[in-house]
Amino acid sequence: MPTNELYGIILPVFGAAAAGLVGAFALMKKTILAGDVMSHIAIPGLGLAIIWRINPLIGGGLTLFVGIILIWMLQRRTELSAEAAIGVLFASSVALGALLINSTEDLVDALFGGFGSISIGEFAFGIAVSIFVVAALWILRNKLIIALFSPELAQSAGINVDAVNLWFLLLFGLAILVSLRFLGALLVGSLIIIPASAARQLTHTLGKFLVASVALSMLSVIIGFVIAHVYGLEPGATVVVTAAGFFVLSLLKKKV
Amino acid sequence: MESMSAILTISDLSVTFDDVQALRSVSLSLPEGESLAVIGPNGAGKSVFLRALLKMVPYRGSIAWGAGARLGYVPQKIDADRHLPINFRNLFEAKAAVQNLSRKDIEEIKTTVGLDERILETPVGHLSGGQFQRALIAFALLGKPNVLILDEPTASIDKSGEEQVYELIHRLQDRFGMTVILVSHDLSFVYRYATRVLCINREEISYGTPEEALTPEALEKLYGPHKYFHHFVHSHEDNFKGGEGRRHDHAPDNDHPHAD
Repeated sequence: MPTNELYGIILPVFGAAAAGLVGAFALMKKTILAGDVMSHIAIPGLGLAIIWRINPLIGGGLTLFVGIILIWMLQRRTELSAEAAIGVLFASSVALGALLINSTEDLVDALFGGFGSISIGEFAFGIAVSIFVVAALWILRNKLIIALFSPELAQSAGINVDAVNLWFLLLFGLAILVSLRFLGALLVGSLIIIPASAARQLTHTLGKFLVASVALSMLSVIIGFVIAHVYGLEPGATVVVTAAGFFVLSLLKKKV
Repeated sequence: MESMSAILTISDLSVTFDDVQALRSVSLSLPEGESLAVIGPNGAGKSVFLRALLKMVPYRGSIAWGAGARLGYVPQKIDADRHLPINFRNLFEAKAAVQNLSRKDIEEIKTTVGLDERILETPVGHLSGGQFQRALIAFALLGKPNVLILDEPTASIDKSGEEQVYELIHRLQDRFGMTVILVSHDLSFVYRYATRVLCINREEISYGTPEEALTPEALEKLYGPHKYFHHFVHSHEDNFKGGEGRRHDHAPDNDHPHAD
C-alpha cells in the first residue's frame, strides 16, 4: 500500500478519537449540534484556500478560529446560548463559502471531503493535533464536568468558566479541522454527534461513556474505510453510514 | 459594629443589571461563627446578594471577607439533566482534583453529611430532592470552607427532607464553628437557627439580631400589612429572649408562613 494511502487511513482514525471525545463532552454540555453547524464555518476558509492556492487546512482553520472567538464573545456578551450564537454565524458562513467557491467540483470537495493526497507534513500535523485534543480534554475534564453540571457551582469552586468554555470551543474546532479534509464540512459534524449519541445509549457511567464514544468513533472510521475499500464506495459517506449503523444497534442494546 | 472578629464586612453594596437596580444600600458587619438569614419577598434581590458575595455579578460598594475566609456555596436549584451520565462521586473527584484535595477528604465529608455509596453512584438526575441537596451541601463542604453560603437549600424538597437539611446545616455549624449565610423563605428556620437577620427588598430594610431586625415594621415593609406575620412574630417573641436554648426548644408550626 502506498505511504500516502496509509497516511490517509491512520490520520482519520486519530481524528476519530479526538472527535469521539469532543462529542462525548459536547453531548453532556448540550452543544452536540454545534459540531454539525460549526464545521460549516470552515467553508469560507476552504473557499479562500482554493482562491489563494493554499492548503485547505490553513484556510479552514483560519475561519474556524475566527468563528470560535466570535461565538465565545457572543456567548459572553449577549448571554446567548452556544447554539444560538453558532446559528448566527452558520448561514452567513455557508452563503459566503458558496460565493467564494466557484467550481462545483471544489464545492463538492468542501462539503463532502476530498482535496487530493496527503503530505507527510499534513499527516504529522493532523496526528499532533489529534493527540493534543485528546490530552487537553483529559486535563480539562474535571473543570468541564463541574462546569457542565452547573456553571455557578464551578465558579464558586474557583473555576474560570469562561476560560473553560473557550478551551472547549477551540478543542472542538481542532477536532473538526483534523477530520474536515476527509469528511468535508457537511459530514464532519456527524463523527462528533453520532458515536457520542450511540455511546450514551449503551452506557450510564461517565468513564464507560467517554471510552465508548471514542471507541465507536474509531471503529466507525476503520470499518467504514474497509467497507468503502472493498465495495469501491465514497469513504467519508461510508464512515458516517457505519456510525449511523452503530447508533441503530445501540438502540437495541441494554445499558452497561 | 463587630469589626474586630468580622468575617464579612459590606458597605453600601449595590447591584444593577441593564439599568435595573436589583439591590442597593446594603451595609453590614457579620461576626465569625454567626448564622445569617437573608429574608425578603420574591424578587427582593436575595440571590443577587449571595452572588455578589461570591463575586459572580458586578457590583458597586465594597465586600470584604475576613482573613482566612474560605467559601462554600450551595446554589438555589440545579436542574440536573436526567440523561447526564454523571454522579456525585464524579463531581466530588473532579472538585478534589481541581482543588488538590485527597480521597480522604471525600470520605470524611461523606461521613459528615451522611451520604451512602448508593447516593454517590446514582446519576445526578435520578436522585430525590433531599438526596440531591445533601450531596450539594457535601460538594460545598469539600475544601473545608469556614463560611457556608446557601441559597434556599430546601426550595425543591418536601417537608421531612427540609427538616433534615436544616438539622444538617445546624449540626455542621455546631461541629465546625462555621459561619452560615442562608437565604430562606422559611421564617421558622429564621426563628430557630439564625443569630443574625438581614431583611431586604431591593434595598436593606433591617439588619441585626432577630429581635432587632424582625420588627413588625420591617416585616410590613417586606411582605405588606399582613396580620398573619404579626401574629407569627408575636407567638415567637419568647424565642428572641431564650438565647442559645431557643434553637431547639421551639419546634416550628407546621403552617409557618412562607414569604412567597
